[in-house]
Amino acid sequence: MIETHHSQPATSRGTTLRTEEMIVNMGPQHPSTHGVLRLELVVDGEIVVDVIPHLGYLHRCFEKHAEQMSNYQQVVPYVDRMDYVSSMGNEFSYVVAAEKLLKIQVPERVEYIRVIMAELQRIASHQIAIGTYGIDIGAFTPFLLLFKDRERILDLFEEVCGARLLYNYFWIGGLSHDLPPGWVEKAKAFCEYLKPNIVELNGLLTYNKIFISRTANVGVLPKQVAINYACSGPMLRGSGVDWDLRRDDPYSVYHKIDWDVCVGRGEVGTVGDCWDRNIVRVHEMEQSLRIIEQALAQLPEGDVKAALPKRIMPVASEAYGRTEAPRGELGFYIISDGTGSPYRIKARGPSFVNLSVVTEISRGAMIADLVAILGSTDIVLGEVDR
Amino acid sequence: MDQFLQSIFGDSILTQLLLGVLPLVFVLVYALVTLYSEMKIAAHIQDRLAYMRTGWHGVLQPFADMLKLLQKEDIIPTAADKLLFILAPYVVFIGTYAAFAVLPFSSAYAGSSLDLGLFYIIAVSAVVVVGILMAGWASNNKWSLFGAIRSASQIISYEIPAALAVLAVVMITGTMNMNEITKFQAGGIQNWLIFGGPLPLGHKLFLLPVMIVLALIYYVCSMAEVNRTPFDIPEAESELVQGYNTEYTGMKFAIFYLAEYANLFVVSAIAVVLFFGGWSSPFGSFMSGPIWDLFWFTFKGMLLVFVNVWLRWTLPRLRVDQLMYVSWKVLVPFALVCVVLVGAIMVL
Amino acid sequence: MTFQEISESLQKKFGEAVLLVKADAAVDPFIVVAPQSICDIALFLRDDKAMQIDSLSCLSGVDRKGTLEVVYHLASMTLKHKLVLKVSVPTDRPEVPSIESVWKTANWHEREAYDLFGVMFTGHPDLRRILLPYDWEGYPLRKDYEVPEFYNGMRVPY
Repeated sequence: MIETHHSQPATSRGTTLRTEEMIVNMGPQHPSTHGVLRLELVVDGEIVVDVIPHLGYLHRCFEKHAEQMSNYQQVVPYVDRMDYVSSMGNEFSYVVAAEKLLKIQVPERVEYIRVIMAELQRIASHQIAIGTYGIDIGAFTPFLLLFKDRERILDLFEEVCGARLLYNYFWIGGLSHDLPPGWVEKAKAFCEYLKPNIVELNGLLTYNKIFISRTANVGVLPKQVAINYACSGPMLRGSGVDWDLRRDDPYSVYHKIDWDVCVGRGEVGTVGDCWDRNIVRVHEMEQSLRIIEQALAQLPEGDVKAALPKRIMPVASEAYGRTEAPRGELGFYIISDGTGSPYRIKARGPSFVNLSVVTEISRGAMIADLVAILGSTDIVLGEVDR
Repeated sequence: MDQFLQSIFGDSILTQLLLGVLPLVFVLVYALVTLYSEMKIAAHIQDRLAYMRTGWHGVLQPFADMLKLLQKEDIIPTAADKLLFILAPYVVFIGTYAAFAVLPFSSAYAGSSLDLGLFYIIAVSAVVVVGILMAGWASNNKWSLFGAIRSASQIISYEIPAALAVLAVVMITGTMNMNEITKFQAGGIQNWLIFGGPLPLGHKLFLLPVMIVLALIYYVCSMAEVNRTPFDIPEAESELVQGYNTEYTGMKFAIFYLAEYANLFVVSAIAVVLFFGGWSSPFGSFMSGPIWDLFWFTFKGMLLVFVNVWLRWTLPRLRVDQLMYVSWKVLVPFALVCVVLVGAIMVL
Repeated sequence: MTFQEISESLQKKFGEAVLLVKADAAVDPFIVVAPQSICDIALFLRDDKAMQIDSLSCLSGVDRKGTLEVVYHLASMTLKHKLVLKVSVPTDRPEVPSIESVWKTANWHEREAYDLFGVMFTGHPDLRRILLPYDWEGYPLRKDYEVPEFYNGMRVPY
């Protein structure tokens, strides 16, 4: 008999065994897709060969709804529901875009309160991000500890506007309510309360040996790829790009406040790995506390509503306003046709864009790594699907 | 105990049945207690209270949970392999429960004082893997299959360092009978094998570090064998939904849980027998006697169960390859070295 | 670079392809370019030393009743300038070259514009619907869109 098979070069894994690839559906009902996302995985054993995301399970026609509104203010509650764990951030972005379009100047007190709220919301949002990331990695306890602290933030929000999740607090040209008496002191007390808890979190989760071994060098997103995919927020900064819209495309009163942009440094692994993205969020919480404390100290007295005509009629024009939401660059492209209602509103959600890079960075990873990668992108499906 | 039962019922099959059923009573009570205390411990670790409404501090909650599970609809997926699907939870439970046969609960009671007790335990606990594989395969769900295969590879790899640790103990005691091993360590806390056993001082000092390492190795392996964090990859809910028991509902699911908790006690009990003096009192003859023995055995076992729960709610989960790394590249070499060291020390 | 400098250098480089420079727009100034040369312009904007527009912030489709617009919001992270580009195509033949090869992020944005407006991006590697079900008919964000009565046997308007 003649030997017919060719000797194949041994790979680094030391095997030439060909196994059949299998297609597994991760989602739409799956504990770690953070909502109704479906990832079609092509796997070779535990190794992920390809990831095909299927979106749209939570598509709620935000853009179509926005076109049906009779004025710009009515869009705000819809905006709340996009990224439902950082509603203040969404509202901030929308009002920045709308005020740019309508050419409205808001009083300084409004700007400060907005910054305080947005930063509190950033902390709350990062707490969810880090907590659920802990669950993805298998640590359940940090999640509940973080949620306990988040409750305090929601309490603060509730006192201001009556709602705990979907606020409708930022209005075009102002705010729905002024701060209630005694709120500033409570916010200050909260800042003091939270600081030691972040240190505790680092000990419990961030610098845990197992956590590091699960996240360091996993899902490395190189700088150039991150920029080319227009990633933003902690995803981009985790890859070592020093870019934050609050500093680099300033809006509101961030330029009057002293704070630092946190960048991933590859402290325990490669720059741009999952651990870096997570540590950026942890540091951003600390920076947000700094911003809040300064803003509370500088908070001027005054009105919380700009003097506006009863019905705002913009000229036919268009504006793109963007802010640094907790997940990254949240932009609204608003077109007006000269009537009171918006002609077209396009939302550019950071989750949508950040999710598109997941396929790129998770090929060749293991299924457990894919969960770690997806968790570190911190997507909210309400914003991906809108 | 068996004499006592014989004196009441005579030497009949009933006596033997009662003897065999006693651990079942223990398992059920223990499962309820552990279920409750795990939830309470977890809650207090997480700065919350857990059950507070069903009875005093929620003590009735495990019963409510059981009642709920009993009433639940028993779903068998259409595409499942029915026979295997139904059998799997029972196989898992039988594998676990069979181990109770040789556990020496007290100086007066051990289901069977087998001379090959340890060997028997290691053998029957492998039946659990068969049940898990059956469950994963029969569910006809890819995630379940992932869980089952992970579980099989995990348990098989961790049996090796665990068996090596057991082997070292057998080398010292010269018996595989669990009752004999316990008696070997009688006489107080200083005679426990983790502290070198009742050997001459020179031997003891040399054995002490080796035994501590072996106890650690065994304990880590035991955590892996019962699929609990940080080794819970077969049912890693964030990756595999719920692993091999994803498709199970109602009582079948409850039996999986019962088996898991029972297994948790079995591995802790083995650790107690091997390293912590079994049922013998830590104070020598003080507080000893059949009832005290039962207390000490259960107490020590529960203490190890508590450590397990504590770790579970503190640590994240390892990845599959890291898990294998820990077993093959860390635990196995260490265990081998320890076995050789124990042998050398015993020969000297 | 200011908007004026960018538009001048684009006009110098691409001449005819730059159809309109709207510097006096009410809010954001923009440049309208010819659809067939969007790829070259994008590549030039990304790779030119003076431009270094490395980031595509947003890509939106707009229905202008009769024509479909694709709006590109571009930004440079290194030089910190922004630019709005537009292309306009007739609704009955909405073909725009894909710029996915220039900025990878355009992939999903273009799929979205295709999904909701029916803009056909030629050269796109994977032009499928993204937000709507794969078997959905019609392009819902077009101004003349009528909500279908039934979808797979289910009543749509509620």
